[in-house]
Amino acid sequence: MFQRLDLREFDTSFTFAGRAIPAREGENLAAAILRADIKAFRSTPRSGAPRGPYCMMGVCFECLVTVDGEPNRQACLETVHGGMVVEPQAGAAEINR
Amino acid sequence: MTAPFDVAIIGAGPAGMAAAVMARKQGLSCVVFDEAGRPGGQIYRAVTERPERDRQDILGPDYYAGLDLVEAFQRSGAEHRAGTMVWSIAEGEIHWRSRSGSGVTFARRIVAAAGAMERPFPLRGWTLPGVMTAGAAQILLKSAGLVEDDIVFVGCGPLLYLVAAQYCRAGHPPRLVIETTPRRNLGAALPHLPRALLAARYLFKGLGLIRELRAAGVRIERGVEQVELEGEDAIRGVRWRSGGRWQRADTGRVALHQGVVPNVNLAMALRCRHLWDERQRCWRPALDEWNRSSQPWLWIAGDEAGIAGAVSARLSGAIAALDIARDLGAIDERERNRAGTPLRAALGRDRAVRPFLETLYRPSDVFVVPQADDVIICRCEEVTRGEIARVVKEGAAGPNQAKGFLRCGMGPCQGRMCGHTVTETMSALSGKGQEEIGYFRQRMPIKPITTGEIAASAPFDGAGA
Repeated sequence: MFQRLDLREFDTSFTFAGRAIPAREGENLAAAILRADIKAFRSTPRSGAPRGPYCMMGVCFECLVTVDGEPNRQACLETVHGGMVVEPQAGAAEINR
Repeated sequence: MTAPFDVAIIGAGPAGMAAAVMARKQGLSCVVFDEAGRPGGQIYRAVTERPERDRQDILGPDYYAGLDLVEAFQRSGAEHRAGTMVWSIAEGEIHWRSRSGSGVTFARRIVAAAGAMERPFPLRGWTLPGVMTAGAAQILLKSAGLVEDDIVFVGCGPLLYLVAAQYCRAGHPPRLVIETTPRRNLGAALPHLPRALLAARYLFKGLGLIRELRAAGVRIERGVEQVELEGEDAIRGVRWRSGGRWQRADTGRVALHQGVVPNVNLAMALRCRHLWDERQRCWRPALDEWNRSSQPWLWIAGDEAGIAGAVSARLSGAIAALDIARDLGAIDERERNRAGTPLRAALGRDRAVRPFLETLYRPSDVFVVPQADDVIICRCEEVTRGEIARVVKEGAAGPNQAKGFLRCGMGPCQGRMCGHTVTETMSALSGKGQEEIGYFRQRMPIKPITTGEIAASAPFDGAGA
């Protein structure tokens, strides 16, 4: 499990799959989810296998989540805002009609 | 339409920042696009932030060496478009997307400094949640202050040792380091040692890292010939074979690394000529001595031009910007040469260590080309080694036919995570060289975007034609 070297207090929270996750405003979203001991962020479109962040730098697209209803967001490139609603992405994103 | 910038730079790492500083010094107008919120690239990521600046004892002086460059960049007068992803480039125009919308920016010359990524490490189980790259573990340490108390490092190369040592300094020595460097590499590398002594600093740094791991009591398994990662829904353990004997350890986190390769998607999509670099085992763009690519309006600097590290990246960025200043007529050839000669000499000295390092840490064939049929090569589309082997047998000549049959390289990462493995695997299976096998044919957009974003970025100002 990830341990924190930065011991500043959390000043906000958001939800991932309905679970409240404490965080600091403006921090990296993928890091905040990983710190909550969550490893799988999405499942694949082909087999449904679970996946989690691999590269943390925007290359691998394994950390895809839905942020406030918008699918296909790379959690490693997003920052945390208080109250944001993050959902794991199950398979391919649905097209908004 | 607004007046174009003289120079647009893609990437705000050491090469991009140095190119911007030099371009401004030569009086050129300059815009820099970067996906990250703050300048620094991966190597100097979050270097300007507190409390990261208080972690000097963990991250080491080479990390903080980026601080003066970031500050020079911020003072340079270059326009910094942070948090902005470039998804397409053509001569004179850059199409981008940011949180606030999408658009197009015009520029007379372009520098691509998109850096490097870690070489794919296709092991059985490498797609399990909890498996990441050593670079990812370092990003979590640098930018979020997170360390995993139960981590196993697997692979080879300087970054693997650096991150493991940084973990020791943070008071969380890794559980285990599984070293996949083939034993024979050292003998092959020794002839390059005398030249490497010109940049001996790097050698001492490397030896120092290994000493740190020993002093922290980290268990290091050497000469490992096979590795498998175990788990159902997440990583549970790692198995490895050395000297014919299998061993196993439980772990909830694995960090993989076997070197870095240039980020090729942008330059490949622009049809820049590329070569296969056999010692680095990767594709790199063909460039002239001032880093100009085969597209006369595009220069490529930093690790995107071939892996050489942060110090060389900085020098090559400045060299590219000088040549652009000459190309645009801001300085003449004599002035460019006068300013550029010492930079190129410094570049030669800094790179002196590369042949030794590249030979010593050249990844083994068995880790670059998966040996078992069930190992996933394309993570996005879950294409296995067995499926690639089947289409090679059926006569697929290269990655593009494999892509047509199997969809490998067609997922959201656009081949970044499998491209090098597909080239290497098809080469190993067919007996043809990597250059002959080739790479996926890249096309714009080089990042997934929506049709709405494409429409919003059309290069017209609404007046109609």
